[in-house]
Amino acid sequence: MTRTVSLFVSCFNDVIYPRTARAAQRVLERLGVKLDFPADQTCCGQIHINTGYGSMAVPLVRHFVDVFSNSEEIVSISGSCTATIREHYQELAERTRDPELVKRTDELIPKVHEFSQYLTDVLGVVDVGASYPHKVCYHPTCHSLRSLHVYDSALVLLRAVRGLELVELPHAEQCCGFGGTFAVKNAPMSTAILVDKVSNIFASGAETVVALDNSCLTHIYGFLKRNKTGISTMHLAELLDQGANGSEV
Amino acid sequence: MSRSKVGFPANSLKSINDSQLRANLRSATGAIREKRARVVGEKEDWEKLRRRGEEIRKETLNYLDKYLSQLEFSVERLGGTVHWAGDAREANEIILSLIRSHGENEVIKVKSLTTDEIAMNDFLSENGVTAYETDLAELIVQLAHDKPSHILVPAIHMNRSEIKELFEKTIAKGRRLSDNPVELAETSRLYLRQKFLSTKIAVSGVNFAVADTGTLCVVESEGNGRMCLTLPKVLISVMGIEKVLPRLDDLSVFLELLPRSSTGERMNPYTSLWSGVHDGDGPEEFHLVILDNGRSKVLADPVGRQALRCIRCSACLNVCPVYERSGGHSYDSVYPGPIGAILSPQLFGNESSLSLPWASSLCGACYEVCPVRINIPQVLVHLREKVIAEGHKSSVENASFMLLAGLFKSPPAFGALLRLVAKARRPLNRLSLSGFLPGYLGKWGASRDLPELPSEAFRTWSKRHG
Repeated sequence: MTRTVSLFVSCFNDVIYPRTARAAQRVLERLGVKLDFPADQTCCGQIHINTGYGSMAVPLVRHFVDVFSNSEEIVSISGSCTATIREHYQELAERTRDPELVKRTDELIPKVHEFSQYLTDVLGVVDVGASYPHKVCYHPTCHSLRSLHVYDSALVLLRAVRGLELVELPHAEQCCGFGGTFAVKNAPMSTAILVDKVSNIFASGAETVVALDNSCLTHIYGFLKRNKTGISTMHLAELLDQGANGSEV
Repeated sequence: MSRSKVGFPANSLKSINDSQLRANLRSATGAIREKRARVVGEKEDWEKLRRRGEEIRKETLNYLDKYLSQLEFSVERLGGTVHWAGDAREANEIILSLIRSHGENEVIKVKSLTTDEIAMNDFLSENGVTAYETDLAELIVQLAHDKPSHILVPAIHMNRSEIKELFEKTIAKGRRLSDNPVELAETSRLYLRQKFLSTKIAVSGVNFAVADTGTLCVVESEGNGRMCLTLPKVLISVMGIEKVLPRLDDLSVFLELLPRSSTGERMNPYTSLWSGVHDGDGPEEFHLVILDNGRSKVLADPVGRQALRCIRCSACLNVCPVYERSGGHSYDSVYPGPIGAILSPQLFGNESSLSLPWASSLCGACYEVCPVRINIPQVLVHLREKVIAEGHKSSVENASFMLLAGLFKSPPAFGALLRLVAKARRPLNRLSLSGFLPGYLGKWGASRDLPELPSEAFRTWSKRHG
């Protein structure tokens, strides 16, 4: 059976990381999934909600529901955007006092899946045929770990990648210090937390850091690059696209 | 006023660069964190216990009026006296008049956050009464003329050689000490025993107050609390209105949740339970001061009220990446850490309240360990929105978010912006490397490179590849 799945890429992936979206698309298509990209999608509202502008995000919730309510299933390549939909959409929809929107939102929420969870739990896939002969550590981002409770999915998928040596990241579950606008409103604190994350990455011996969210990876890589560490970061979707037939190198 | 100039960001900057403080906090929170994880891990029904704890606290807050009047009745039936205090001033005046009515000018204290909240020691001292702290850590903080920086470990910001020096200057009266914890504890013991035996009035906090039996409960590690509660003639206990529990049975849930969450112990060393007064046994007089001080206002907020479920275990402090690097003083409140960031703004509404809701990366580690399942990130986000709705916002930020929301509502406009960004990527990428970035980008750029912009957005690529 061919599944039709809508890809939700998130606004910042759309503008900064199209490579992640393309990789996710290729990985899913190789697994026989028929993908569509609803072209009117924009932003889930996370930056507004988390910074304290929840009221401005209410129309964005309505927009998201309008764009995706005809989709059978939605795959998101951002753990924190998926968590935003799960944790805030119901309450924001209720603010409109529009019972129709509340109902459509309630129906939509369970159809939104985080990418790695979709692969392992919905498609039942372990080996996607990728190969990446490098030392890799996995940083479980806070929203994927503590809001979505996704942890094992990424590890299972990574272990099946040919040549990949999965090394342990000490204190992996600790935040990288990003936190959206926290990174600029409390910039020194955010950096202090990030420095410890990076020292743990060093201690792990990894060449590449993998996660389920490009926002946290932007934070981590911003520091790795600034300090000329030579360590790279990669969204799981990109890694699972490595070395596979038809991948973009 | 811009939030970044005052409040938490400015306060925490000093701590971030204080190597001694950072080392003390890293080692202390790390140790408690591991102990807690170990003893919680061995309880198979931990999640069930947390949910039961949450249920009981919710029930209590939903019927608070009923349980408080039941508590008053039970306490007075057993010979205690209940006093109601609307705010800090009223509570302090009640306590002072009780002390004066016995002609005393000294009291001993067992650690109590609530009396710190109402600044009782300062009030008493202005009125000629000296309050001696008897909890070891509180004593250290008091002798150093410092402020507590942790709910459970008030002197967590100090290490033992700092404490040795402090004792040499104060209670050891010039005697030389080593930094051996046993010797330091013995020094404080000799000093405190005298106070216990000679002081007639004690002031205590309350961990739990049971409505149906009038039983009060204090849990502690040192036994100094037990002395305070039993040796003096008069005992004055101070509690916030939210500390009540409906039934004696409920205690069994919290005496499991609290020690495992707070000190990482299966059971705390001293659990004192008392009810009323008894001839020839313990204090001859017992007064219970029940304090509102903003709590009923918090209760009116359907999202914020969950903060009142807190049982002051401090597990959220010990796992918080921000607290570990800022220390307690940065929160400018007797309630520091994640719980302080949601409790202080709701209770006190002062200058710090404007920045505290943002003193978190919303990582959720606090919610994960909270024994009564307070969704701290949810309340933080709620308070952020409240502060902004009250008009405390930067106009530039507000305008930017409005502009962004407008773009996100209109896919053609958003698409056009993305095409524009892609077109301008070369100068934008060069600008980000130049290091001269405005506003938030500059704050990011101070320690982190900006990502490089690609030649086209995903939607543009997707359209081309149909």
